[in-house]
Amino acid sequence: MEIERETLLLMLKRMWMIRNFELKVMEVHAAGEFTGAAHPYIGEEAVAVGACAALDDTDYIAGNHRSHGHPIAKGGRVDKAMAELYGRVDGYCKGKGGSMHLADYSIGILGESGILGSSVPVAVGAALAAHIKGEKFVSLAFFGDGASNQGALHESMNLASVWKLPMIFLCENNQYAVTTSYADTVAVEHVSDRASAYNMPGILVDGQDAIAMYEATQAAVERARKGEGPTLIEGLTYRYEEHSLGLGRVRRGEYREQSEIDEWRKRDPLLILETALISQGLATREECDAINAETVEEVEMATEFARNSPFPEPEDLFDDMWAQPIPLP
Amino acid sequence: MAQTIFVEAINQAIYEEMARDENVFIMGEDIRRSVYGATANLLDDFGGKRVLDTPLSENGFFGAAIGASLVGMRPIVETLTSFMWVGMDQLISQAAKMRYMFGGQATLPVVYRATMFYGAGSAAHHSDRSYPMFMNMPGIKIVVPSNPSDMKGLLKAAVRDDDPTIVFEDGTLFGMRGEIPDNSELPDGELVVPFGQANIVREGTDVTIVGIGGSVNHAATAADQLAAEGISVEVIDPRTLVPFDKQTVLDSVEKTGRLVVADPAHKVCSAASEIASIVAEEGFWSLQAPIQKIASEQVHIPYTPSLEKHVYPDVEKITAGVRRTLDA
Repeated sequence: MEIERETLLLMLKRMWMIRNFELKVMEVHAAGEFTGAAHPYIGEEAVAVGACAALDDTDYIAGNHRSHGHPIAKGGRVDKAMAELYGRVDGYCKGKGGSMHLADYSIGILGESGILGSSVPVAVGAALAAHIKGEKFVSLAFFGDGASNQGALHESMNLASVWKLPMIFLCENNQYAVTTSYADTVAVEHVSDRASAYNMPGILVDGQDAIAMYEATQAAVERARKGEGPTLIEGLTYRYEEHSLGLGRVRRGEYREQSEIDEWRKRDPLLILETALISQGLATREECDAINAETVEEVEMATEFARNSPFPEPEDLFDDMWAQPIPLP
Repeated sequence: MAQTIFVEAINQAIYEEMARDENVFIMGEDIRRSVYGATANLLDDFGGKRVLDTPLSENGFFGAAIGASLVGMRPIVETLTSFMWVGMDQLISQAAKMRYMFGGQATLPVVYRATMFYGAGSAAHHSDRSYPMFMNMPGIKIVVPSNPSDMKGLLKAAVRDDDPTIVFEDGTLFGMRGEIPDNSELPDGELVVPFGQANIVREGTDVTIVGIGGSVNHAATAADQLAAEGISVEVIDPRTLVPFDKQTVLDSVEKTGRLVVADPAHKVCSAASEIASIVAEEGFWSLQAPIQKIASEQVHIPYTPSLEKHVYPDVEKITAGVRRTLDA
């Protein structure tokens, strides 16, 4: 499959944007600029970016607690994302959602869920709407290896398959649910094997390879748009950082070896994509570095934007509860 | 005016809303063959894509309804209260919270029709009256109709409402007959009952009874019997618990000075508890006697009729509650 150079460069940019966004988040969180949980996506960038590059703005995604990568991958704004983490009025959710609940309804980002597996049935509903109305948009749900054990995921796969919905189930298998290895909790060798129980293709992909993720998702999108039903894609990837910022007291040696992290870092998704672009003559080293630098700059500006945005006022507390305000009890 | 039974009123509301708006669709278990009677004729007239029989997957299809509503559909989900526990995560984590959590970006015009089949020997797993639990969770509108006309008008309003709504249908009323105006008799050509407006079922001056769902009719019967003794009872049906029309209740208690609340839900943290607390807080100086809560006993629903009949509010218990307020 030929991928346009422009698409590949956009993918590289979005991957650097996620990486640099997360590095900044770790820095300012450690400095105490905002509180609350945040779950870095570092190491997994190729999964969300490869998948979202195969989608249009009119397609839908829903995701989970590790939530910064998905919206950025789909073209979301880093300034509104950062302001949300800072709890400010200019954040995506006016400071009411925070790190785990980014959403951008203007480009099909239906929202990230802190309850794992819980956004998958919601994403299936968007696909159901396409099916009922005979429209061509598709829906994609991100979930992890941990959530692949949730009943919601299995009910969703069955529903999407019996109704042949334009749905993509995208498992980001980053190897661990907090500290528990998926090998200890998933009864099959690969999460993608679970597709056979629901009569849909299950595709195992190298999740460090953005191009491979793009191609697999593109094929699933085509299948979905043709009315042939859902696909389960498993991107094998790795979480470099701890589950959540603030969980630093959990020493790595307690559940994984440094040597394992080092091995995965050798297959860094940015390294893999840049090597492919340079070796195919699609970009130079300098161009790749310039893209990286550009995203560093954008993240800096986003952080300034967040810092300068005001906190919501007490009178904003009850806004957005209802479509039309109702009397307080 | 036509005499219509409660379950037919549900069917009329769904049918009219599906005919009015092609974004309305319905899904649930065994609805194409209308096992409970509320979804008759829908499959023939609206087709299989808008009348979906689901697998037994409440967590799955409760959530799918949410997702469809987010992108412009107006889903109606048919279920039973007792099956809602299975899909609870979707109702609470998603339906109730999405709009607020996403800063107002999400709009969820989704309706769950949850039937409460209690009082019929169905035992503990099929007899839940669970609306108070949802009152505790902000973000969901709660409707409990007590007669065919309100059932129709409130369900139509629910479909048009832009917030997630659970319509708790009292199964003890499914065979209840009542008058529903023909659309041609109505000024707007249709019956839509707005949320947040209580109905004064009987006017009275001595005691106020607020009834919920099936208890409204027991309250009205009690009022009729007490009238023969010269006791004038006002009966109020809030119709929607979220939003709740507290002013009508407070105005009534100001007039009567006495309050009985009759609620088929379990007594602890019931709708009756909340209504009693509102009146205690905001209507205290009107009260001439302690508030009487007549709600279900704090016990699971037993199968055998000899025990089950003692659990719920009935005419006798409500009447006794009224007398206690007068004896005080």
